Amino acid sequence: MRREVPIVICFLAGLSFILEYFIPHQSVRPFFENFRQWAIIVMTFAYVLGISNIVRVNYHVIHRKGRDWFYKIILIVGLFFMIIMGVFFGGIGEGTVFFWMYNNAYSPLQSTMFALLAFFIASAAFRAFRVRTFQASLLAITALIVMLGRVPVGENVWKSFPDLVEWIMNVPQLAGKRAIMIGAALGAISTALKVLVGLERTYLGGE
Amino acid sequence: MAFYEKLMTMDRRVVYITMALAVAIPLFVPFQVPIHTTSEVKSVYDFIESLKPGDRLLIAIDYDPNAMAELHPMALTICRQCFAKGIKLFFVTLSQNGPGMAEQLVSRLSKEFNKKNGVDYIYLGYKPYPGLVILSMGQNFRISFPMDYYGTPVDSMPIMQGIRNYDDMKAVIAFEAGWVADSWIGDANGRYKLPVALGLTGVMTADYYPYIQSKQIIGLMGGLKGAAEYETLAKAKDRIASRGMKVQTITHIVVILFIIVGNIGFFMSRRKKL
Repeated sequence: MRREVPIVICFLAGLSFILEYFIPHQSVRPFFENFRQWAIIVMTFAYVLGISNIVRVNYHVIHRKGRDWFYKIILIVGLFFMIIMGVFFGGIGEGTVFFWMYNNAYSPLQSTMFALLAFFIASAAFRAFRVRTFQASLLAITALIVMLGRVPVGENVWKSFPDLVEWIMNVPQLAGKRAIMIGAALGAISTALKVLVGLERTYLGGE
Repeated sequence: MAFYEKLMTMDRRVVYITMALAVAIPLFVPFQVPIHTTSEVKSVYDFIESLKPGDRLLIAIDYDPNAMAELHPMALTICRQCFAKGIKLFFVTLSQNGPGMAEQLVSRLSKEFNKKNGVDYIYLGYKPYPGLVILSMGQNFRISFPMDYYGTPVDSMPIMQGIRNYDDMKAVIAFEAGWVADSWIGDANGRYKLPVALGLTGVMTADYYPYIQSKQIIGLMGGLKGAAEYETLAKAKDRIASRGMKVQTITHIVVILFIIVGNIGFFMSRRKKL
């Protein structure tokens, strides 16, 4: 029963979403709408689980004074500080402590982390784009053309550079991307069907 | 160590310092770069230009502060164009850290254009699980958003009178830094035929070209370049992205030079071995 019940629930839930797509009739809409609301409510509990998990995992590290324990304290304090400010001190709109913290602490920190990517990309490109084989040469040459074409200097080098880049993006790139997308979609459909009929059970754990 | 070996095994700190200079110097040196506009950006601009005062647009701010440099300028320019034309905007965010981004945008533009919340625009706020929210908005906005971001019941607002679902919107302009874009295309457009235009981060852009050719999206603006193109088309006064293109141009050239230098070293080492 421990396996059969979840498989039946999964089958019925999946089937309802498929039926909803193929039966867009007014009379059955409220049923499917309720079903979707349930899904949102059930999934919202993931936040509660997420918070409790973060607290549990980090509390153990802090308690043992494990690696980077001091940062874990900052994490937990930050988590609850933002929750308390958002819930009890004026909400989350403009002019609140929450919004000030978002604009002046969270936003610049996250932007900084993302900006560091430019340095890693430069270093990785320097090491990775070596024309060792024919395929690697094709990749490197295409990358150089697209990189030049994505900035205005390409147009100064050769007037038709942007057109060449657009052609690369709209023909070979698009063909390759579409092939990958169709392949991935077929794979996703077959995996979904296997989950629905109970052939794929790894989501239950243990198998 | 031979010269070519030095080229090949350049210390990464040299790469980092060069990149830092390539980013910083253009910010202090006054020069402009020409912006070439592409068809995929122009089609978004033309679509918004074709709208009439009183038309309604859904604006999805689905990005976090990490994508702010690329997506905020294009969101600002498009919203300014819409407010100037008298288009009513319905803001929504389906990214966890998006509410702050949307709040920044809404509060700044409403003051700039003297627009009233609930009359000229509405900020519906954030709900988790984008796919389900997008589907539910296709039935009725009130299912996921019975209240706006500030806790006011949406039915008490004049802008929501007679509004039910996507049928009442001209399109959604979705600014995306993640997979929510797929849901706007697959669910909002595929299921409910809502026209979709995308503003994307640079790294995502290539993934969404197939949807232009299949006409599932009106067009797309890719990264800082897309934002700069839109600013050029809209003749924007505050050209944040166009200024950023100076930096992007120099850094791209630096990366290209690094690739060339690395390969020169590689070829010289191969010739030595032969």
